[in-house]
Amino acid sequence: MSVALRPDLALIAAHVGPGARVLDVGCGDGALMAVLRDTRAADARGLELDQHNVAECVARGLSVIQGDADADLAYYPDASFDYAILSQTLQTTKRPDLVLGELLRVGRKAFVSFPNFAHWRVRASLLWGGRMPVTRLLPVAWYETPNIHHVTVRDFRALVADQGYKLEGEWFLSGDHAISPAAAAWRAEHAVFLLSR
Amino acid sequence: MPEPVLQPVNDTLVLPAPLPLDGGQVLENVAVAYETSGTLNSDKSNVVLLFHALTMDQHVVGTHPKTGKPGWWAKSVGPGKVIDTDHFFVICANVLGGCMGSTGPASIAPDGQPYAMRFPVITIRDMVRAQVALLDALGIEQLHAVIGGSMGGMQALSFAANWPARTRAALVIASTARHSAQNIAFHEVGRQAIMADPKWKGGDYGSGKGPENGLAVARMAAHITYLSEEGMHEKFGRKLQDRAEKTFGFDADFQVESYLRHQGLSFTDRFDANSYLYITRAMDYFDLAEEVPGEDGGGKLASAFAGSEVRFCLISFDTDWLYPTSESRGIAHALNAAGAPVSFVELSAPFGHDSFLLDVPAQDRVIAGFLG
Repeated sequence: MSVALRPDLALIAAHVGPGARVLDVGCGDGALMAVLRDTRAADARGLELDQHNVAECVARGLSVIQGDADADLAYYPDASFDYAILSQTLQTTKRPDLVLGELLRVGRKAFVSFPNFAHWRVRASLLWGGRMPVTRLLPVAWYETPNIHHVTVRDFRALVADQGYKLEGEWFLSGDHAISPAAAAWRAEHAVFLLSR
Repeated sequence: MPEPVLQPVNDTLVLPAPLPLDGGQVLENVAVAYETSGTLNSDKSNVVLLFHALTMDQHVVGTHPKTGKPGWWAKSVGPGKVIDTDHFFVICANVLGGCMGSTGPASIAPDGQPYAMRFPVITIRDMVRAQVALLDALGIEQLHAVIGGSMGGMQALSFAANWPARTRAALVIASTARHSAQNIAFHEVGRQAIMADPKWKGGDYGSGKGPENGLAVARMAAHITYLSEEGMHEKFGRKLQDRAEKTFGFDADFQVESYLRHQGLSFTDRFDANSYLYITRAMDYFDLAEEVPGEDGGGKLASAFAGSEVRFCLISFDTDWLYPTSESRGIAHALNAAGAPVSFVELSAPFGHDSFLLDVPAQDRVIAGFLG
């Protein structure tokens, strides 16, 4: 890999065991899958909506299906993967709760990463400007953003508790710096969770 | 070691053993005509088998002996091209039932007369079985990949499902795992056009002028299904052919009429009407889930691929209404359920079903990447 992985992807890659079967849901151009294949000898499969991204993945020799996290996870058998990964995609799905359930059906464990909507810059934008935030991580105006279900670190923890999922790990990032879980609600730009049933 | 070749090589093999057919009959002395390009490596591990579509043949690269035109995929197969003959040894065989050198209804039966309608009804798997026998004769154990578009894709699917140990990868373009009612309906129009032509004579038209009008109409109807509405509109619209006004008659006033008539007529110069009947029948009979029932007794496509280690890639086109994206996606889901490594992508191209033969750069990237 000539280009460094996005920090949340690097974090996920570092915690996937060697030889694991991995499904990357919303795999984009396949950057994470390629790293998992090349450095972890993972059997990585992908699901991606955008045809240009899928073509790019296949051109990299990756096995990727064009499809939609909301609809197409249903076609994967139970526990067919060690890990299901949903990076920066949860907030774009129609029903994040159902997608999360599907992830933990097809994968024994699930990595979920998302931008934290309670980061202080977002709060400041709402509090002082009264405007939906346009930030480095959320660069698109409210009317054209694909992010239809904004979520905060506390929201996500509450959903995990409600559904009775097990929290296997959590990591928080500001840029590429780690943020402690205690400060995450305000200071994390990115959250990465590892869950199991 | 054979010498490197730049020009494709054409050859015909008579299969050493009788060929059993799905219909229960057995064909003796089956000829398989094939074209090869590139160089077979010493351990015979660099072979790509291309399967041709309904009205094509083994002339992938080389000039077609009847039309004088370049081979049907010369754009994509050759030195330094998407399917690079500097690396791969590419084989394409005329299908069983065809009319370009492989045994078909125009071939001479043991009694010295052409088979005509005495030729047994064949299936897609029978076509594949003949080509597996060709590989056996050439001493090729395992292919690098099988590739096919349209009916070629059906053969690629059938090959991978029935002979999974014989290929490492299967690339299926603009195809389907079974013919739909609409697909069968269009083919039936074509067949009835041929059979309604008095020159068809129950198939016994011999080597002379056959049911050219019927075959031309069949081709015209089929050709419409290969194009998209948008593509036809772009190309022809309501433009008139070499005239300023409508003639208030039934000449080919419109360009699209003239085009279809030309497509129909030129088709009769290179294709045998009985072959058209038999090959379209084989396509109509194709249903992979039925062909490879698996342990659960059949019906589920996923069972056809159970335990498969073949890598698959499926490509569909957004303007293809003959074998629409939903067909390829269904195959991808079945392969997923079977745990097979599979890629699937729908590409945007304006040309309808024929897109797979035309200039779609995204397709080139996917094919080259998948072949590795």
